[in-house]
Amino acid sequence: MFACIHAPNLAADLSLAEFAYGFSPVVEEVAGRTVVIDVEGCELLFGSAYELANDVARRAKEPRANGGLEGSVNVAIAANPDAAIHAATRLKGVTFVSPAEELICLGEFPIEALEFSLVNVEKKLAGEIFETLRLWGILTFQDFAALPVAGVSERLGQEGIRLQQLAAGKTERHLKVKQPAPVFSHSIELDHALYELEPLSFIFARLLNQLCATLNAYALATNELTLHMQLEDQTSHDRTLSLPHPMRDHKVFLKLLVLEMEKQPPQAAVKAVSITCDPVKPRVIQNGLFVPLAPAPDKLELTLARLTKLVGDQNVGSPVLLDTHRPDAFSVKRFELRNLKFEIRNSKLTVGFRMFRPPLRAVVQVDRGLPAQISAWGKQRSVYGKVVDVAGPWRTTGDWWRDDRWARDEWDVAVVPNKRDEQVLYRIYRELNTDTWFVEGAYD
Amino acid sequence: MNLKHRLNEFDLASRFGDAFKIRQKPPLETLSTGIREVDELTGGLPRGAITEIFGPASSGRTSMMFSMLAYATRHEEVCALVDINDVFAPTAAAAAGIDFDRLLWIRCGDTLENAFKATDLLLHAGGFGLVILDMGDVAAKDARRIITSWWYRFRRTIENRPTSILVLSEEACTRSCAALTLELSGTPEWSQASAEQTNVVPLRKSAPVKRATVTQGNLLRFNSIKVNRQRPLSPWRNEDQFRAHLAS
Repeated sequence: MFACIHAPNLAADLSLAEFAYGFSPVVEEVAGRTVVIDVEGCELLFGSAYELANDVARRAKEPRANGGLEGSVNVAIAANPDAAIHAATRLKGVTFVSPAEELICLGEFPIEALEFSLVNVEKKLAGEIFETLRLWGILTFQDFAALPVAGVSERLGQEGIRLQQLAAGKTERHLKVKQPAPVFSHSIELDHALYELEPLSFIFARLLNQLCATLNAYALATNELTLHMQLEDQTSHDRTLSLPHPMRDHKVFLKLLVLEMEKQPPQAAVKAVSITCDPVKPRVIQNGLFVPLAPAPDKLELTLARLTKLVGDQNVGSPVLLDTHRPDAFSVKRFELRNLKFEIRNSKLTVGFRMFRPPLRAVVQVDRGLPAQISAWGKQRSVYGKVVDVAGPWRTTGDWWRDDRWARDEWDVAVVPNKRDEQVLYRIYRELNTDTWFVEGAYD
Repeated sequence: MNLKHRLNEFDLASRFGDAFKIRQKPPLETLSTGIREVDELTGGLPRGAITEIFGPASSGRTSMMFSMLAYATRHEEVCALVDINDVFAPTAAAAAGIDFDRLLWIRCGDTLENAFKATDLLLHAGGFGLVILDMGDVAAKDARRIITSWWYRFRRTIENRPTSILVLSEEACTRSCAALTLELSGTPEWSQASAEQTNVVPLRKSAPVKRATVTQGNLLRFNSIKVNRQRPLSPWRNEDQFRAHLAS
C-alpha cells in the first residue's frame, strides 16, 4: 500500500520529504508539496494503513518544534502510488482507496485532472488527447476507463493506453525513491582521549574507509582532505591535505595523514576526529605508448610525503629560477608531474658548477691587484693553496635600494692545493661593502 | 655429455616446469649521456644498474652530470637528484638545458644517512628514469665507510627496471656493485671569451677576460676517462647468436 501526503499550505522553509521520513524510509518526492511513501510493513509501528493515515494527518498539525508542519494535509491510501496521488490532490482530509475499487473514488474526477507526467506523456500531446476526449464527450476518469482498450490504442496510440490505465488507477510502477544527499564527511567522538598516534591511526582508517566507500558509490574521487580534531584542552587541530590528482585509495590517504600527523602532531590529547573531503570527478588519462614511464601519482605523493618528513619541506621539490640577477637566486616549488609540456630545448655542454652554501669566508693575499694565495675553512670543506691562474674581476651589483643589496667583484681562480698536483677552479668574490672575500663554489 | 645434459634439462623441465630453464638475459638498455664521445666510449648509462663517476674536484663530474640530466629531461624522463651537500647550482644547470619541471631535487643537509634513505625511497617509488646520488663533496674517508649492503640493496631494487642510478664521488665507493665506473681526471679548459660572450664588462682592460668553459670535444681532450665495466654490454641478443659467433 502507498500513502500520498499533499500539503497545499506548506510553509516554504519546511520540507515535506523530511516529515515523510518519520513514517517510512521509502519516499518519492512528486512535487514540492506532494510526497508518496510506501507503508508496506509499517503495521507494527503505526497499526493499519488507515490508522497510519490518521496519524500522519494528526502529526502534520503539530508545531514545527515537535516535527509537525503547522497545517492540515491531505492523506490518501491506495494500492498504487498514482491513484494515491490523484486522491490526495483532489480530496481533502484522509481518503482510503480500496484495492480494485479505485474508480469508485476517482471516477468522478474531470479528465483534465489526470497527472499525465506520471506516465511520461508530454504536455502538448496530453492536451491534444484531452481535447479529443472532450469532443467525444468523455469528461471523467470513469468515462475514459470504460472505453475499449483496442479502440483507444487505435485512435490515441500507446500514450492513450497509458493515460487510460492512469485514469482507471491500474498503473504499476516502483517508487522513484528520493536518495538522501551524499555526505562526504565522517566524524567520531571518543570516549577516552587519545595521546598517541598509533591508536589514532585506527580511527583515521575507519573514517577513511567510510569516506572512500561513499566516494566509490558515487564514482567520485577527492583532491583535498580536511582533518579536524577536537583536543582535550578545548582547542582544535586542523590539517588539510592537498593532492595533485584526484584519488580515492584509503590506504594512501591513511599513510599521508599519518605522515602529516608525525610531522605536525597535535599539542594535546584528541577527543574527537572529523574527516571531510571535497568530491571531484576522478582523473581519466590515457598514456601514450612511446611516452617514458613516470612515477605513479599515488606512489609519488607518498614518496614526497616521506621525503618531506625526512629532510624537511623546503628541501624537496623542483628548482625555479627567480627573475633577478642576484647570484644563486632560486626557489623550490612542489614537485608535480601534471601539465608537463614538451619543449624543444637547446642543450649545450657547459662547465658544471658546485655552489658552496653558505659561501666560505676566505683570506686572500693580493699581489699587484690579483689574488695570489687563498685560504678558507668551513665545516665540511676547506680551500687552501696558491693561485696559479686567475681571470676577472667581474663586478656585479644590484638591489641598491634594499637592505639585502649586493655588490661584489668576482674572480675565477685556479688553485693548486698543497700536496696535490691537480688544479681546482674556484669562483671567489670580494664583497665591496665589507671588503670581505668569499669562495662561492667550484667549477667541476 | 652435451646430449646427456640436454636430456637432464628436459627431464627437469617436465618435472618442475620452467624453474630449471636457462633464462636468457635481455640485452642491457642504456640511457645516453648526452655527450657523443662518452656514449661511443661507454655505450651510455646502463638502465637497471649503478654507474659511478668519480674523480677529484674540477675533473668534470658535474659537467657530465648536467649533460646527462639535460639529455634525460629533454627526452621526457623523470629524474631525481639527491644532493647531499646542497651544491646543485640551478643557474648553471638551467644554462646546460635541464628541464626543472622533470627534476626532483632533494637536499639532504650534509647527512649521508638521509641521502641514502631518500635514494631508497625514490627507487622503491619507481618510475624515475635517472636517480643521481651526488656525493662529490663527501670526504673520501666517509665515503669508504658506507656499508656495501646499501649498494647491493640499490642494485637489487632497480634490477629489471628502467631506472639508472648515477653516483658521483671523489673516490670509488660502490665497490663491485657498479655496472659501469668512469674515472675522471684533469681540469676544464680555460678559454678566451669576448665581453659579449661573458655578458659582463671587465673592470680593468689589462685583466684577462676568460671563463672556464668546456665543449663537447674538449671534455675528452682535456679530461681523461678510464672506463671499467663489471657487466659488459653483450652484442649478442640471445644464446643462438652467441653460438653462431663462436662457430664462425
